[in-house]
Amino acid sequence: MSEVKEYKYIGQRSIRPDGFEKVTGRANYGSDLNLPGMIWGKILRSPHAHAKILSIDYAKAEALSGVLSIATHDDFPDLPVEAVVAGEGTANLRDLAQNLLADEKVLYHGHAILAVAAISEAIAEKAVNLVEVEYEILKPVLDIREATADDAPILHDDMFTKGLEEVPTVASNVAARTEFRKGDVEVGFADADIIIEREFYTPTVHQGYIEPHATTVSYDESGQSMVWCSTQGHFDVRASTAKLLGLSLNKLKVVASEIGGGFGGKTIVYLEPVAHILSKKSGRPVKMIMSREEVFKGSGPGSATRIWVKIGAKNDGTITAMQSNMSFEAGAFKGSPAMLGGMTIFTPYDVEHMYAECYDVVVNKPKVAAYRAPGAPQAEYAAEMVVSELAAKLDIDPIEFRLQNAAKEGTQTIYGPKMKAVGLVECLEAAKNSPHYQSALKANQGRGIAAGFWFNIGGMSSVTINMNPDGTGTIVEGSPDIGGSRASMQMMAAEATGIAMDKFKPIIADTENVAYNASTGGSRTTFATGMAVIEAGEDIVQQMKERAAAVWNVTAAQVDWIDGVAVNTAAENRLTAAEICAGVGRTGGQISGRANINARGAGPSFAVHVCDVEVDMETGKVDVIRYTAIQDAGKAIHPSYVEGQYQGGAVQGIGWALNEEYVYNEDGILQNPGFLDYRIPLASDLPMIETIIVEVPNAYHPYGVRGVGETGIIPPLAAVAYAVSDAIKAPVTDLPCSPPNVLKIIQSK
Amino acid sequence: MTKKHVSTTINGDAIEFLCDPNDTLLDVLRKELSLTGTKEGCGSGDCGACSITLDERLVCSCLVLGVEAEGKNIGTIEGVSNKDQLHVIQEKFLEHAALQCGICTPGLIVSTQALLKENSNPTEEEARYYLAGNLCRCTGYDKIIRAVLDAADVMRGAA
Ligand code: FES
Ligand code: FES
Repeated sequence: MSEVKEYKYIGQRSIRPDGFEKVTGRANYGSDLNLPGMIWGKILRSPHAHAKILSIDYAKAEALSGVLSIATHDDFPDLPVEAVVAGEGTANLRDLAQNLLADEKVLYHGHAILAVAAISEAIAEKAVNLVEVEYEILKPVLDIREATADDAPILHDDMFTKGLEEVPTVASNVAARTEFRKGDVEVGFADADIIIEREFYTPTVHQGYIEPHATTVSYDESGQSMVWCSTQGHFDVRASTAKLLGLSLNKLKVVASEIGGGFGGKTIVYLEPVAHILSKKSGRPVKMIMSREEVFKGSGPGSATRIWVKIGAKNDGTITAMQSNMSFEAGAFKGSPAMLGGMTIFTPYDVEHMYAECYDVVVNKPKVAAYRAPGAPQAEYAAEMVVSELAAKLDIDPIEFRLQNAAKEGTQTIYGPKMKAVGLVECLEAAKNSPHYQSALKANQGRGIAAGFWFNIGGMSSVTINMNPDGTGTIVEGSPDIGGSRASMQMMAAEATGIAMDKFKPIIADTENVAYNASTGGSRTTFATGMAVIEAGEDIVQQMKERAAAVWNVTAAQVDWIDGVAVNTAAENRLTAAEICAGVGRTGGQISGRANINARGAGPSFAVHVCDVEVDMETGKVDVIRYTAIQDAGKAIHPSYVEGQYQGGAVQGIGWALNEEYVYNEDGILQNPGFLDYRIPLASDLPMIETIIVEVPNAYHPYGVRGVGETGIIPPLAAVAYAVSDAIKAPVTDLPCSPPNVLKIIQSK
Repeated sequence: MTKKHVSTTINGDAIEFLCDPNDTLLDVLRKELSLTGTKEGCGSGDCGACSITLDERLVCSCLVLGVEAEGKNIGTIEGVSNKDQLHVIQEKFLEHAALQCGICTPGLIVSTQALLKENSNPTEEEARYYLAGNLCRCTGYDKIIRAVLDAADVMRGAA
């Protein structure tokens, strides 16, 4: 990348076009749609963590005046064992149906069993309480150790561990084993002067979006239905709902409402297929909204993990081998991001010998969903803690130590490809030179440094830009805007066409008004949908040139396109975009630009975070007093929203490191399903989050974009926890660093 | 359950409504009156998405009963801007990119307005503590606090 490109629009801090609706309360989110005749759906959830359902008797509920329909697992057709897209991974269709409404067994506290629709919320709730379920209570399995014990109760009799050398004959709670290998760690460890190994624990956490899941579904007699919902991907909602109910895709129109946060947790269906059943059976539109308690109990969480890490290095600071054995809780059904943990754990390092074993383990907790860089925060937390400890033991500056071993262009990854140009070294240099890193610490304070790696994805995006007769246009895209992406699309359309930004209005179309788009996830939207916007913009430019050529009776090759104006190179004639659009009746009809792409070449984004904490040695309370997030954006289209991703990711990670965890009692009953006791960070908990945007362009995107949404949540776990261990002068292995946990370490020193 | 009749003022409009005695004011606003700008994140007073003012006092509308609105003056997000003119706080939220998903934004803007009425020149720390009842999961609060302090500066200059 020798020359630095000059851009006219991208890189500015424009006002997001959807902002006005959002600061005035006019924007409509998942629970904001009401339809004539609409009724309310409520879900009956399991009070037990693990039980057989012996019988369900809903006669009393059905008889209650005002109850119009009831849905149970029997309303699903017989389903094949088939994978459907769910967030950044896939889910098995049968598991999905059992998670939506339990079949013969309930597998976690809060597992949905049955749903009722009634003319009011109050009646629906009352009806739910009238349902009688007979259970045979089973012993719950609440963590990886319990799940893998010899006498562990088995969640699924038909689950046999995949990926073992010998095909197992007995059912197990371990769904799968995967491994990733590069070189030979035994050789690497033999070469080491120092080896550190530790086991780490991270608890179950929730994405914690402020907007609960909500949907309104309206079925009509023709067999068509409209699904309004808050989702990161309405096309994937359509796909799984259609599959679950045996419908063709054209029977379902899914409209993505504005979305009040998702972080991966709104990539799968919880309510939509159920509301569809209730709507069809009652002939009425049905609205369902989860309570906050249901959000915690029935949706989301991110995996708890146990991760053992062993790393060896030479006295000169060369890392010789890295090894891990990691287990990820999947919740009630298989499919944790354990594999992603194995692929990411050591990827910030260019080390010859690496080995990671990954286990996917089912437990009696809600089925995990994607959570921002799924698998990576937990895995890289474990590795970064040991890397920092090694640097300290070797008496090498932790940034220098990482620089010496950093992954760069050409580094062979553990999972396959070689690294293209990446910005880890640049991030480390920026961290080293930051005012924050140069500053001194006081008593009871500590500092942590951590790096983070995430792949990012591309995938399918479809965009149409329809030009209006006055030269303005509508960008019709299908990627739900979760954090300002409409602004980026507007800027990229302007950059590609030379037509001013405010001439374009971006809209998120429903599933009937634009072709398929993969979900907003994997940090793909600005990269992949942005690429489609650019291509659609280029398509418009081409058509504009052809139209101008037709007017002038020349060939398109004789027309230049300069800042949104067609220029006839021979005769110095000019036609603006508005003039061309006004005259399309004479040149061949309206102008639309179109791009349907499967974007490849998503560039990984590396980050480095620096965190200072102060620990109250008497109470164990940790305060983050200074924090800097540095990350490679490739090219920041809208710097404010890029910084926002860094800051938001950092703070979610700080919450994970300091306070957040699901607390269960021994019967597997969730003790803290609310924001009072599941404590996410508040404004008063935090300092300003300093940011540095590093830009090492991604060669596979016209403007160099890398996704930035996810990486930011990876480094904070280790940056915070290592800062704590630096302050208290004792190793930290288990999260969260909540006051009682930290106090325990201080007192046992 | 017999419905109660309530007469109140919302954003300057005289409003009458019927509600069940146990309906929250949040439910009344959102369901009865279609004022869906006020959001529900928890229903238990923990997130601040439902922030409104009741006779100038900042409250969580999920913790207030509909019947308590009788004779009161209610302010919601829908009443913050002036005709087609955004309030300075709204402008500053946009300018500083203080929202990502935007679900916390109405509550935060109503709370900020209440803060700046009480304290026209808050320090960063005062702003952080006053707004501690308004959860935001997306932004990490940095840009929100910047927007609030900037709005305070502008409003003092304009006053
Ligand atoms: S909805 Fe009222 S505080 Fe959360
Ligand atoms: S912007 Fe999403 S919760 Fe605040």
